[in-house]
Amino acid sequence: MKFPGSGLAKGLAVTMRTMTRKTVTAQYPDVQPDLPPRSRGVIALLEENCTVCMLCARECPDWCIYIDSHKETLPAADPNARARTRNVLDRFAIDFSLCMYCGICIEVCPFDALFWSPEFEYAETDIRELTHERDRLREWMWTVPPPPAHDAAAEEPKEIAMARKAADKLAAAAAAAAAAAAEEGEQS
Amino acid sequence: MNLLDTLLRCVGTLAVFLVLPLVVGQAEHKVMAHMQGRLGPMYAGGFHGWAQLVADGVKFAQKEDIVPAGADRRIFRLAPAVALLPYLLVLLVIPVGPNGLVGQAVDAGIFFVLAVMGIGVLGSLMAGWASANKFSLLGGLRTAAQLMSYELPMLLAAASVAMAAGTVSLPGVVDAFHWWWVPWQLIGGFVFFTAGLAELQRPPFDMPIADSEIIFGAYTEYTGLRFALFLLAEYAGIVVLCGLTTVLFLGGWHGPFSDSLGWLWTLVKTFALAFVVLWLRVTFPRLREDQLMRFAWTVLIPLALAQLALTGIVKVAIS
Repeated sequence: MKFPGSGLAKGLAVTMRTMTRKTVTAQYPDVQPDLPPRSRGVIALLEENCTVCMLCARECPDWCIYIDSHKETLPAADPNARARTRNVLDRFAIDFSLCMYCGICIEVCPFDALFWSPEFEYAETDIRELTHERDRLREWMWTVPPPPAHDAAAEEPKEIAMARKAADKLAAAAAAAAAAAAEEGEQS
Repeated sequence: MNLLDTLLRCVGTLAVFLVLPLVVGQAEHKVMAHMQGRLGPMYAGGFHGWAQLVADGVKFAQKEDIVPAGADRRIFRLAPAVALLPYLLVLLVIPVGPNGLVGQAVDAGIFFVLAVMGIGVLGSLMAGWASANKFSLLGGLRTAAQLMSYELPMLLAAASVAMAAGTVSLPGVVDAFHWWWVPWQLIGGFVFFTAGLAELQRPPFDMPIADSEIIFGAYTEYTGLRFALFLLAEYAGIVVLCGLTTVLFLGGWHGPFSDSLGWLWTLVKTFALAFVVLWLRVTFPRLREDQLMRFAWTVLIPLALAQLALTGIVKVAIS
């Protein structure tokens, strides 16, 4: 039989239990939040790596990346060779008032020039200030954390696996050659 | 009783009246926050927001004092005082400790206290009527209906204690107290406390000020200091109700070392009850208007009458 008022007592127990537990309030400006790895705060640009291939600007779903560049002709190193041209970056800007933090630009960059940084405190009172120019994007680079370590149980990265395979093959061949040489010496 | 003594008691009561409600209000901030997994005020005053209510008071004092154009100006301005002052008067007669530690001992203490507490509700009624606002009027009428239905069980429960003690003087009731009164008067205590909550319009009985349906009831048109006075009246009402329940049902200053620490026992019991008031507020949702009325007439009044009968039977049996 259900005792009348047991529901009321249960409610009182819930609030009392909650009171004895730790609160969930984040005291944000006083205590910085503990962000998970790979947090998407702001996009940093390592402009030394940028080749002005424009892939990021073209793939951006809301077209918030602005790139200006010009070509420079390098004098030929060899009198028989052709003069080479090179792209020089004039302007690289990301408008964070448009950016939707999808991270496609970072994914498509073939030269590792764009990175996620967990910094998120760049609110402005003027929306135009949210367009970060290249120097500001370069400054964010100092806040990019090193990539998190792989899981101990994870599969080896492909590059390392292939390199290890080649090294193992070479080592096996060297061992076989050494063994063959030793056998030959024994026989003669 | 000389003039200095009278003055001292009045000033003491006023100090208690100004301090304890603020302590209860601060406790409400913090208790409610922690029961909801929050921290509550953390900045005002530096340490865990202890000065939050002081800051609130300063804010209220700075606000413009608006009287609506269609309002009954004099009644509108008078209402907060009518709501607040009765609690000050009641506080004056609540005995805190033994040997006359009371603002003013009144022979018919229970009658005086119940009568004066009823006046406090009139403040909300006046405010609701004078505001010239439909929501205020609704709130005021609900207040009136609630006063009508809950004053009766409160009175009956108090009468049961008066019967048990054989006196209507509050210090007399505490003097006559024995520990076994607590189980004996348990139902009466429950009825008195619940009816008192309803009279103070505290959640879950806050139908008259239900902010999500009739804005804030009788207080809709109030701003600034007058609104703050209404809030202060609510917290003073909590202190008074808990003090009265302590005195009538929990034995007031009785406890170990009651000769020297009697006042402390009264305070501890009062604050324990005040905590229960806050706890109920956090836990339970608001009752609907008809549920509110049905609860008073079909639950509290029969319980109070049963307690009265029980008290009478036991009283005759032991005498």
